[in-house]
Amino acid sequence: MATPIGLDGLKTLIDRGAQVAEVLPADDWAPVHLPGAISLPLRELDEQHAGALDRTRPVVVYCWDSL
Amino acid sequence: MLGFGEVYDYVPGKVDWLAHGLAVEGKRTVAPIAGRAMRDDAALCRPGDRIADVCEAIERSPYPFALVTTDDRTLVGRARLSALDPASERPVFDVAEPGPKTFRPHAAAEKVAGFLADKGFRWAIVTTPEGRLLGVASREDLERLK
Repeated sequence: MATPIGLDGLKTLIDRGAQVAEVLPADDWAPVHLPGAISLPLRELDEQHAGALDRTRPVVVYCWDSL
Repeated sequence: MLGFGEVYDYVPGKVDWLAHGLAVEGKRTVAPIAGRAMRDDAALCRPGDRIADVCEAIERSPYPFALVTTDDRTLVGRARLSALDPASERPVFDVAEPGPKTFRPHAAAEKVAGFLADKGFRWAIVTTPEGRLLGVASREDLERLK
């Protein structure tokens, strides 16, 4: 279960070296995304695609908004 | 969660990040948005500043108004020079307009320019969703981005 955070929490985690992943479709990621965020569409999230992430570092996921 | 120990969900999402005018990456980072037209050169004052002093600050700035903010730049009002008595010792908050219309930095420049044109306004005040002042965008600069 992911821990919900806001902007300040995100900035703190980024300073700690967290990996950021956008879970929207790749077509939403490509035009604009958070700096350093990788594209990890939710529909494709599995062991193989998650392998792009380092399990020893925190991971932050996000989509468009809270709706 | 797939073997990951620390997983967080940035609930407010990409819209929130954009709304705060923060740097982004991607193919459309040069999109015509209000944040790209704003300038941080308006006269600023605190609610308790004397009207006489605020008038002097406005006259040194490119705008006919000052923006009233708290110490952390949260916008609380606007003071138009035309409504101020340059000899007054009263605090500017007594006469400032509370809660002026504001826009987010990721708002489309064309839409903001259109709104300003419809209302006969020349400038748009740009803030974060929490009301922290980011800058002022002129209608001319917004229209140049279209």
